[in-house]
Amino acid sequence: MKFSIYRYDPDRDAKPYMQDYELPEAQIQPGMMLLDALLLLKADDETLSFRRSCQEGVCGSDGMNINGRNGLACVTPLASLNKPVEIRPLPGLPVIRDLVVDMEQFYQQYRNAKPYLINDDPCPEVERLQTPEQRDQLDGLYECILCACCSTACPSFWWNPDKFLGPAALLQAWRFLADSRDQATEERLNNLEGPFRLFRCHTIMNCVEVCPKNLNPTRAIGRIKELMVKRSL
Amino acid sequence: MTMEKRSFDTLIVGAGGGGLRAALQLSQADARVAVVSKVFPTRSHTVAAQGGVNAALANVSPDNWHWHMFDTVKGSDYLGDQDAIEYMCRAAPRAVYELEHFGVPFSRLDSGKIYQRAFGGQSRNFGGEQAVRTCAAADRTGHAILHSLYQQNIRARTHFFDEYFAVDLVQNQQGYFLGAVAMDIASGEPILIEAKTTILATGGVGQLFRTNTNALVNTGDGMAMALRAGIPLQDMEFFQFHPTGIAGKGMLITEGARGEGGYLLNGDGERFMERYAPNARDLASRDVVSRAIATEVREGRGVGPNGDHVLLKLDHLGSDIVKKRLPGIRDMVMTFLHIDPAETPIPVYPTAHYTMGGIPTNRHGQVVVPVQQGAEEPVPGLYAVGECACVSVHGANRLGGNSLLDILVFGRAAANHVIRHLKEQRYHQPLPEDASEPAMQRLARWNREGKGESIAGLRIALAKTMEEHCGVFRNQDVLREGQEKVLALRERLAEAYIDDHSQVFNTARIEAMELENLVDTALATVSSALAREESRGAHSRIDFPERDDQHWLKHSLFSLEDLKMDYKPVRIKPLTVESFPPKKRTY
Repeated sequence: MKFSIYRYDPDRDAKPYMQDYELPEAQIQPGMMLLDALLLLKADDETLSFRRSCQEGVCGSDGMNINGRNGLACVTPLASLNKPVEIRPLPGLPVIRDLVVDMEQFYQQYRNAKPYLINDDPCPEVERLQTPEQRDQLDGLYECILCACCSTACPSFWWNPDKFLGPAALLQAWRFLADSRDQATEERLNNLEGPFRLFRCHTIMNCVEVCPKNLNPTRAIGRIKELMVKRSL
Repeated sequence: MTMEKRSFDTLIVGAGGGGLRAALQLSQADARVAVVSKVFPTRSHTVAAQGGVNAALANVSPDNWHWHMFDTVKGSDYLGDQDAIEYMCRAAPRAVYELEHFGVPFSRLDSGKIYQRAFGGQSRNFGGEQAVRTCAAADRTGHAILHSLYQQNIRARTHFFDEYFAVDLVQNQQGYFLGAVAMDIASGEPILIEAKTTILATGGVGQLFRTNTNALVNTGDGMAMALRAGIPLQDMEFFQFHPTGIAGKGMLITEGARGEGGYLLNGDGERFMERYAPNARDLASRDVVSRAIATEVREGRGVGPNGDHVLLKLDHLGSDIVKKRLPGIRDMVMTFLHIDPAETPIPVYPTAHYTMGGIPTNRHGQVVVPVQQGAEEPVPGLYAVGECACVSVHGANRLGGNSLLDILVFGRAAANHVIRHLKEQRYHQPLPEDASEPAMQRLARWNREGKGESIAGLRIALAKTMEEHCGVFRNQDVLREGQEKVLALRERLAEAYIDDHSQVFNTARIEAMELENLVDTALATVSSALAREESRGAHSRIDFPERDDQHWLKHSLFSLEDLKMDYKPVRIKPLTVESFPPKKRTY
């Protein structure tokens, strides 16, 4: 099976290039994921660099651009891919080496979304109550694994990664706005005011298209915009 | 060579649940705390914990901490230290309520309280009917907890060194621990992080085995650092095989699947756990269920063309329960097996899962070592929490739902002890000139040029050796051969080289150092298993099938120097209640 993989090591290479790899058919097992193939290629060429950890789609380490589409290597079946498989780093972020990108801008925007519960009441000695229906509001939001597949598929984030929070961070913004225990609605909405932080979203919906956890950041952004409108009336 | 040096009150190595819980407590107390992690914090393996965290909240059925304590002592096959177990079980409800206050999105009951489900080895009234004690956020409890703890640390402005690999601990002549040398993975630059106290929270070492539920990063880095610093590892022979990994692949299917009413079937379609554990059946302790599955397969009652697994049946629960309570494993099974567990049973087999042993600590998280035949004493400046530590609350077999509890309770306890310590110790100890020399040599060793075996090949050879020689069932010959093979692999690794000498994000160098850590922890595991001539909890010796309290009711201590085995007594006396004396263990 043939692969074409983006290579760049600033310690050695003047500029990036695509390298061809071939994985012998004998090594390919039914049901194999792309990450399994990359690990086999790396066993042969240890200089090939990428992040990986859990191998089951929960840690969010191995986001990459696979045949032009962002996804997690560990949950992308080899059989589903056109050959040769072209693999590049997540687009729009600075490349550190090979498939490893510098995620700092992405994490900065996550932190900018105030991704933590704010409730300044005295803590009760037991749990705060929440009905199952209130808790259901968090489904589809809290499961985000911060893989950055969505934000790095978003043209608005490519253009303004320093000003637009991007789909992943905005999904978390809504996760806390939607939480019946959180008290900082005003503070959170104020934090999202202005032409860029929230409103750069033009509902292109690439984020929804690529999310490996089937989450819907565009819908979350829509809900925040509704709250903004309601507040201004 | 000059090296960047940073200085903090406390250094935490590892950013899973244990490290982050400790960090939060310290940051909230205005201590200057640095967290070093080789992966971005939310990539830590706590994220993969599924089923939940045990606490006697009694939200669903009557419960109290004392029953939880009994179950944990019995689950440990009486090897757990009862003072630490009492402490943990008493602290559990508060630890869970704190998480809820931190924002963890627990599933909820109609009453609005935290959802709890049944899990293995849990009983009411000291061995009575099934208790319902495991607090859950669907089947993504670890993810929910890890993200919430990281989020609260953002709020508390904890200082993170993300993607820094800890190379070795730093100590002075008097044995006082003063921090660690780490390497910035992105730049390859070493950095000395000086601290008045260091907390190891580096997790377990599931990568010892070929088929495992663990992340690739679980390479026992902290345990191996402790070994190299002359600290023994405790009870390493006790490695938990989770009954339900996806057969042949290893991904974890939570015990919560059986807690929600799923059960196991053999090749004859028989609900075989009824024979092994007439009362608890599929919710017996993990060691019991894993042995039962392995026995069914060995005796020819497995499922599939090779008869090499059994089935976990969930289809009778109904699609709504599976989707609502087990959405994560449903996704995973659909992704990796292309079947819907709400319709088709899942092929499962026991899979390496959890390291019960680790760095010996007391219930304050202080690392403790025996001092010249005398009682054990704390090692100044060094703490360990979570899976890399051995408190010991899990003894010879951990109960499901007690690992998340362990990291929360002892992460917090260690931090509180550090905070008290910092009040007394205002200044850093002087740092010897050559303190970072061993770590620098370890780094430099992988800069050598030459030709040798590949790291990837050696890592596979190690994992196969451990699987074949240190699995669910063990005996002397198999273990002895395993120990020889690990020692040979250790020598081969000393002659190995890497080709990649780039300074930038050099994963080959990281994997080489991880393999050094794996080999040392493998040696601890197989050596301790060879020495223990009884069967207890997860350690099953075919040649010594009975538990032997007269000779073996004691903790193992393995030291790297001369592969020495030592032993220390189990702490049978709890803090305030009566001790639970060893009894025959049935479920």
